Amino acid sequence: MQLTNRAKKLEKKPMTLAERAYLPAIFQGLSITMRHFFMKKATVRYPEEVRPFSNVFRGLHVLKRDEQGRERCTACGLCAVACPAEAITMVAGERKKGEEGLYREEKYAISYEINMLRCIFCGLCEEACPKAAVYLQPDKMAPPRFERDEFIYGKDRLVEPVSPDERSIRGIQLTPEQADTLRSKLQSA
Amino acid sequence: MIELPALGWQSIVIFVVFALSLLIATYCTYAERVIAAFLQDRVGPDRAGPYGLLQPLADAVKMFTKEEFFPGGANKALFVFGPCLAMITALMSSAVIPFGNNMSFGNNAFFLQGIEVNIGMLWVFGVVSLGVYGVMIGGWASNNKFSLLGAIRAASQNISYELAMGMALIAVLMISGTLSLRDITLQQSVAGEWHFWNIVKQPLGFIIFLVCAFAETNRTPFDLPECETELVGGYHTEYSSMKLGLYLFSEYVNIFVVSAVMSVLYFGGFNFPFQYELRDWFVSSQGWELASAQNLITLLGTVGLFLKIFAFIFFFMWIRWTLPRFRYDQLMRLGWTILIPLAVFNILLTGGLILFGVI
Repeated sequence: MQLTNRAKKLEKKPMTLAERAYLPAIFQGLSITMRHFFMKKATVRYPEEVRPFSNVFRGLHVLKRDEQGRERCTACGLCAVACPAEAITMVAGERKKGEEGLYREEKYAISYEINMLRCIFCGLCEEACPKAAVYLQPDKMAPPRFERDEFIYGKDRLVEPVSPDERSIRGIQLTPEQADTLRSKLQSA
Repeated sequence: MIELPALGWQSIVIFVVFALSLLIATYCTYAERVIAAFLQDRVGPDRAGPYGLLQPLADAVKMFTKEEFFPGGANKALFVFGPCLAMITALMSSAVIPFGNNMSFGNNAFFLQGIEVNIGMLWVFGVVSLGVYGVMIGGWASNNKFSLLGAIRAASQNISYELAMGMALIAVLMISGTLSLRDITLQQSVAGEWHFWNIVKQPLGFIIFLVCAFAETNRTPFDLPECETELVGGYHTEYSSMKLGLYLFSEYVNIFVVSAVMSVLYFGGFNFPFQYELRDWFVSSQGWELASAQNLITLLGTVGLFLKIFAFIFFFMWIRWTLPRFRYDQLMRLGWTILIPLAVFNILLTGGLILFGVI
């Protein structure tokens, strides 16, 4: 039975003298390895050198604010429904008077938690969101931690920060010095 | 040569050679890893120190702090003696290798060589073949089937390849007529004559010697004594801590010594092309004294010899990361049915060439 048209018929012939002498084959092998000696290395020296993420990389979630700094999420629960890993839980609440500057819609998420141990970073929550609130950032990922409960990201770590002082990188709060450098960078830009 | 300072000089040379062979063996571990990495498109250890140059130090600390383990039912004395013997024999053989020509200070002339004996080649062979006892005793004392198998393999492999190696050597001795490594070196370069290194006269003998050298040092493709795919770790399965370190170390010292022997026997030792012309140029054009010009040439020759040795060490590692291991029956067939007849043929050929005055 023919499985593929690339199959090569092999005949077992007695070896020629050159083949039996080993040496030509050894030199061939040596030349191959020597070629590799001078080739470009595949290694990425990690802490000094970071492999760039793909443009479509799906990393750590962020809950976006609108252009006026109000939370976009309206706690509709579509992301939680769409989530195949059941990683998202939320509690909805009604916006009070005087909170119009904080929340965009009348309904908002009092708590919004994503369990990063359950999350498979498929991005279905992002697709399901009708308010363009939840996004998977292409440049950040959930860092390793020691305790399980530290992987449950609440609103404190998910909502996009308003000011540089609150801005977090990979879910870690910045030190005052880091915040300062970030602020000066933002001002110069 | 004056007696007393010569003895002091010899001990200095011996000490330097001892330190150098240990240093080179240490950095062989690093070189092996880096070369392996480069041949596989990686970069190798680069964390400890600049370019990972302190890696051997880190490895040594690791080796020393590991648990000393003695397997149950092992012969303790022999178990310790095995790696010691392997190391001692590996270090002993470098004593007779001429690392340089003579140096002269005033009226005293010294050789850059531990001991100059007229049976240097025999000494190297005797000591190197003793080295297999280290492996055998270690494998036997471990009270482990795999270790014993590895030891038996080592013994039979070394005996088989020593025959071909010795016969390849006989052809060199037929040309040189001496067993002294220094004389063999000096014969490969004569002032005022167009003189070739022994590799030109003995290409076949060199290939036989090279293959046997791989087998004698238990390097891939002949590393069956420690064949990890079949025998766990071979003769050093049960070894841990610095006792294992000594075994691994002695392998690198052996490579260093065998590389040095091959450089001396076939690649002119401390000679390098146009050395006499260079010396005469220093004397005639630069107005140097003959003695100081000779000293400079000697030092350059030593550097040259080490470059040859490093080239061989690189070749050993290059081969290791290119060729797969032989099967045991293939190893034996290669040794007994190919290399030994070839070596005998080489002796006949050399004899014929000498008879008709070609070499």
